[in-house]
Amino acid sequence: MSAAPPGAHDPDLLLQIDDLTVGFPTDDGLVQAVRGVSYELRRGESLGIVGESGSGKSVTSLAVMGLLPQTAKITGSAKVHGREVLGLSDAAISKIRGNDIAMIFQDPLTSLNPAFTVGFQLAEAVLVHREVTKKEAHKRAVELLDLVGIPFPEQRAHAYPHELSGGMRQRVVIAIAMANNPSIIIADEPTTALDVTVQAQVMESLQAARRETGAALILITHDLGVIAGHVDRVNVMYAGMLVESGTVDDIFYSPRMPYSLGLLGSLPRMDEARHERLTPILGTPPSLVNMPPGCPFAPRCPMAEDLCREQEPELRPVDGGPHAAACHFSDRLEGASPADLFKAPTLDADLIADLEEQQ
Amino acid sequence: MTTTSAPTGTGTVLSARNLVKHFPVRSKGLIKRKIGEVHAVCDVSLDLRERETLGLVGESGCGKSTTARLLLSLIPVTSGEVHYQGKSLTTLSRAEMRPVRRDLQIVFQDPFASLDPRMTVSEIIAEPLRIHGLYNDGGRNKVRDLLQVVGLNPEHGNRYPHEFSGGQRQRIGVARALALRPKVMVLDEPVSALDVSIQAGVINLFEELQEELDLSYLFVSHDLSVVRHIADRVAVMYLGKIIEEGTTEQLFAAAAHPYTQALISAIPLPDPRKERTRQRILVTGDVPSPVNPPSGCRFRTRCPKFANQLTDSDKQRCINEEPVLTDRGHGHNSACHYAEALKLV
Repeated sequence: MSAAPPGAHDPDLLLQIDDLTVGFPTDDGLVQAVRGVSYELRRGESLGIVGESGSGKSVTSLAVMGLLPQTAKITGSAKVHGREVLGLSDAAISKIRGNDIAMIFQDPLTSLNPAFTVGFQLAEAVLVHREVTKKEAHKRAVELLDLVGIPFPEQRAHAYPHELSGGMRQRVVIAIAMANNPSIIIADEPTTALDVTVQAQVMESLQAARRETGAALILITHDLGVIAGHVDRVNVMYAGMLVESGTVDDIFYSPRMPYSLGLLGSLPRMDEARHERLTPILGTPPSLVNMPPGCPFAPRCPMAEDLCREQEPELRPVDGGPHAAACHFSDRLEGASPADLFKAPTLDADLIADLEEQQ
Repeated sequence: MTTTSAPTGTGTVLSARNLVKHFPVRSKGLIKRKIGEVHAVCDVSLDLRERETLGLVGESGCGKSTTARLLLSLIPVTSGEVHYQGKSLTTLSRAEMRPVRRDLQIVFQDPFASLDPRMTVSEIIAEPLRIHGLYNDGGRNKVRDLLQVVGLNPEHGNRYPHEFSGGQRQRIGVARALALRPKVMVLDEPVSALDVSIQAGVINLFEELQEELDLSYLFVSHDLSVVRHIADRVAVMYLGKIIEEGTTEQLFAAAAHPYTQALISAIPLPDPRKERTRQRILVTGDVPSPVNPPSGCRFRTRCPKFANQLTDSDKQRCINEEPVLTDRGHGHNSACHYAEALKLV
């Protein structure tokens, strides 16, 4: 792990993750939460990371922020502005955290300190990284509250977190994240705990924060709808790996990995004619302890063949472009719709008859 | 609808008239004096028909789960009536209620909290059969069949809930609810805790069970896209009141209440091109406290129409006069003085 020579670094390349792996030792063995993830984030870009619970989407960014527990086994490299951040001491990474990269978590009530006013916590974020007076920091705090759309920012700066609603608190967290004009904002499920109308408001604040700071965004979520509206590029994660990566249009209109296609088919859609049945992906994600060889999606994949069970596919470009998929047979998926591949299982009619009889 | 007579319309299984539920707010300290009331449900009337799925949607705290519990008499009503097959449930004693419970079952949101961790799956599913004295008559086989019907391996009956994933646990909850062959199932956010790929399988299971077993569902959810997929009719709640109801087609093709419009337009669509170009109706602020709801129309404090389109004299009506749920044709009811249908998806 050596830092890149300063002269060779591309200034627009903000974050460079290379072959990152994260493992957690447990009584049952090593849980391989992230198994070799590489991606880049460039200035001003917005990148979405989608995946289900346990796919490793949050752990990747926690590793970059140096927020994983000491017991975690991390290998690979993560560079912020060309500088390696993995293995940095807590004091060194604290200079980057909140300054170059800021993070927004799912639950705003646990990320704010209940004992201090929100104005104080905002000012604190400014004071840690800037040489300003307390008065100036407070002024900046009020400015930031106004920017994220909080009404009466002067008064609200004196409020404690419990006095604010969930949506308001999440906007305070966004204001703290943008306090030092970071170049990267990582938002980890920022609206999952919120109602839809409030979600729309919070996403609006996040966009305002980006317009103001020009920061690049990494949006981590399980909600494909939120992804569709707010990012340029998408990484799909499954079992600790990137399984597909491309522009938002690539992923939504021509997915080349059966998992991405299956996710789209599982969604009830408001914008299309009502289908008879959704097409779910059968089975459950694999356990991340002692992963079997082969493609991790193979047990759930309707087009899996012997090759899939033997050899794990790598993320390879499709159509020559930046669109890439980790599937041995991604070329077969050109123009496929979810219903071509996944079938809605039906109930066993005999069983139902049995049940009826017993009554 | 404000009729107070017991409904006699054919095909209605479960109906509620003018349901009201107030929860006391108590002071701190020893005495715990009552200092106010949360108006959780205010004058809600609903009809659930045979073999129908009625979606009840709204944001957190709007009273949708409380309404569901009132319908099953799981909590006492403050006032109002619930009728099941012509019988009034609100006046029944616990003993009188028990046989009715066979027909009315519920599936809860959290598949982790709703299953006893110290019982095996077979015991969990057998429990309702035992309570109603039906287990001795081939109960073991019934439990095996139930497990298979909900898509679980009957060999796994002697395992404990923690050995199953979230989706599988929700299926166990469904099997338990099905054990007594109910006629009505209340599904309280049954798929909200599940990942998308798992959620789709559970939704399909509900649909198939309904077709095969002629069930009626009250589907309580905050997720409009799921509700649109599964429901035949939809009722939208805001701050303890139903503000719009109609068939799923009516509601989604021509939402008339500004709140319904805002809800529909706030749901992100998994389609980047549509998402970039669609019309958005944003509401401002948060849901007001149900302890002290606004006068007149309860939605006016957040209503984009009230804020941007109405003249001051129009607004007076919203402030002073509470809009009632009125039929705007073909059973599509909405409670807004200035309702106007809009197509948003």
